[in-house]
Amino acid sequence: MNATWSRFNITSIVLGFAFLYLPIVLLIVFSFNESKLVTVWGGFSTKWYVSLFHNQGLMDAAWVTVRVGVISATVATVLGTLAALTLTRYTRFRGRVLFSGMVFAPLVMPEVITGLSLLLLFVAVGLDRGFLTVTLAHITLTMCFVAVVVQSRLVTFDRSLEEAAMDLGAPPVKTFFQITLPVIMPAIVSGWMLAFTLSLDDLVIASFTSGPGATTLPMKIYSQVRLGVTPEINAACTILIAVVAVGVIAASVVNKRREVQRQLDEQAAQRG
Amino acid sequence: MKSLGSIRRDFAPWNDPNAKPYIQFENVTKRFGDFTAVNNLSLTIFEREFFALLGASGCGKSTLLRMLAGFEEPSAGRILLDGQDLRGIPPYRRPVNMMFQSYALFPHMTVENNIAFGLKQDGMAKSDIEKRVAEMLKLVKLEQFAKRKPHQLSGGQRQRVALARSVAKRPKVLLLDEPLGALDKKLREETQFELMDLQQELGLTFVVVTHDQEEAMTMADRIAIMDKGEVMQVATPAEVYEAPGSRFVAGFVGNVNMFEGKVARGEAGAASIDAGNGITIRTENAGDAAAGATVAFAIRPEKIKVSSKKPADAVNAIEGEVYDIAYLGDMTVYHIKLDDGHVVRASAMNAARITEDPLTWNDRAWVSFRPDAGVVLTR
Repeated sequence: MNATWSRFNITSIVLGFAFLYLPIVLLIVFSFNESKLVTVWGGFSTKWYVSLFHNQGLMDAAWVTVRVGVISATVATVLGTLAALTLTRYTRFRGRVLFSGMVFAPLVMPEVITGLSLLLLFVAVGLDRGFLTVTLAHITLTMCFVAVVVQSRLVTFDRSLEEAAMDLGAPPVKTFFQITLPVIMPAIVSGWMLAFTLSLDDLVIASFTSGPGATTLPMKIYSQVRLGVTPEINAACTILIAVVAVGVIAASVVNKRREVQRQLDEQAAQRG
Repeated sequence: MKSLGSIRRDFAPWNDPNAKPYIQFENVTKRFGDFTAVNNLSLTIFEREFFALLGASGCGKSTLLRMLAGFEEPSAGRILLDGQDLRGIPPYRRPVNMMFQSYALFPHMTVENNIAFGLKQDGMAKSDIEKRVAEMLKLVKLEQFAKRKPHQLSGGQRQRVALARSVAKRPKVLLLDEPLGALDKKLREETQFELMDLQQELGLTFVVVTHDQEEAMTMADRIAIMDKGEVMQVATPAEVYEAPGSRFVAGFVGNVNMFEGKVARGEAGAASIDAGNGITIRTENAGDAAAGATVAFAIRPEKIKVSSKKPADAVNAIEGEVYDIAYLGDMTVYHIKLDDGHVVRASAMNAARITEDPLTWNDRAWVSFRPDAGVVLTR
């Protein structure tokens, strides 16, 4: 048993975690720096958080990002779910292979290419670049991720549930909303969250397709960093990290609890 | 009032030429691409009948059930229910409910909501729904589980919820797809009798699909034995067992010994069959087998007697050697290898605790049977 914590194990763990988290820890630490110089520690302070909330440019960008994220994730979830339903349900239509290939192509397409081609399209149809175009671009980007997540759930979906509902008198539309949708809802929610996250941290496609007045937070941060890193940016990033971390931890705690409850229930059921 | 037993005993509408058919399959064919699942099949089921479709997997029995439920449409032919052609009527408008093999309980609903689902679709009043759900829960003895979700139930309890849900709407016909397939042996046997009582109590017509012949024999009034999309025989369990219509049916239901040979006719139903190697079988059940035809003589293991000496009065007695013995407690199964290499299976009830004349491996032995013990099969 004493081999479990050998020197080798400890070294690998320390190195591994350092590699992953040292940059983030540094960023968080320096967001509380009194000094204006990012690399020189001048004492503890929260003044950069205060000034962050007075920085109108950053706050606007954050608001744009959230709006783009919510709208694009919602539309992408609807479209992605429909695509997943079509691909799993209608396995015999003509051009199915082509269609599924095309749905999933954006997964592997370099973002630069997606961004550039979308830009060309928007210019060609004369669409002014701005909030609308960046939202459309994000729908295109995230839809395929939603489709993948929902499709993997639908593959294991027991079709006899729908047949049972119809057998008991529910027409197809009612069956979909009362049976299919509630059962696959967890997958749809994770699809939405994935789409929202992807939209939240996308820089490349947003840079191509966004225009004046629709600068997203990643774009804003990136452009400010080019002029020199300020502790304000560190503070903004720290808040982002905190939000994401809280979200991830909450989701996994809820999941874990549900899992444990389910196991207890099943054991109780077996005992009768 | 008549007892349930006597109702069951007197129930035989299939023998009554004036009985009105309830479910009729008329020359029904179902093709999936190149594969023919059901081939030009005709079948009649009567009201309040407990009807079983028995066959190996892939014989078309489930397809038949799904056509009745409305999940599949026949490629040709028609299906009538109570005189009404079912073509084009979607599953949600058919007065038929189905209990699924996987139970198909809605995982996001409680037991009572599962049972109420069908009633809500009909727009039944809330108080009536509550009353009916309570009645159904009582029927399947799950009153204290009303608020549970399906994953909080054991296999047997889930099965009963599925049953309650499918009979809650009082359908004209209840379809059961392998209803007991997922239960263990002991629970299965108990549930078989529960299902039969329930069917009598509710006065419904049951059509059950099963691959388990014991299940079909126990529960059904009549059994249709299916193979490759066709019905081989429709008869009561006793008829199917004692008077199979073909070699396939004889071999499919229970164990059987078969001797192939040529017929020499005697008087009335009597005949002798030359099974080769000096074995001649005399039978009284030759039916309409033509003289000189090649037929099979089929005899069940429990109708064959095994003894160490040739029985003096036996009409049919063949000598062989004890090849294998299986002691099962209530009975013993002997495999006797006849001198021509043919292995005969015979079973004997162990009525006494100790047999006086115990046979053992490699002993010489005689198999004997009465002339009315077997049947002659021409198909």
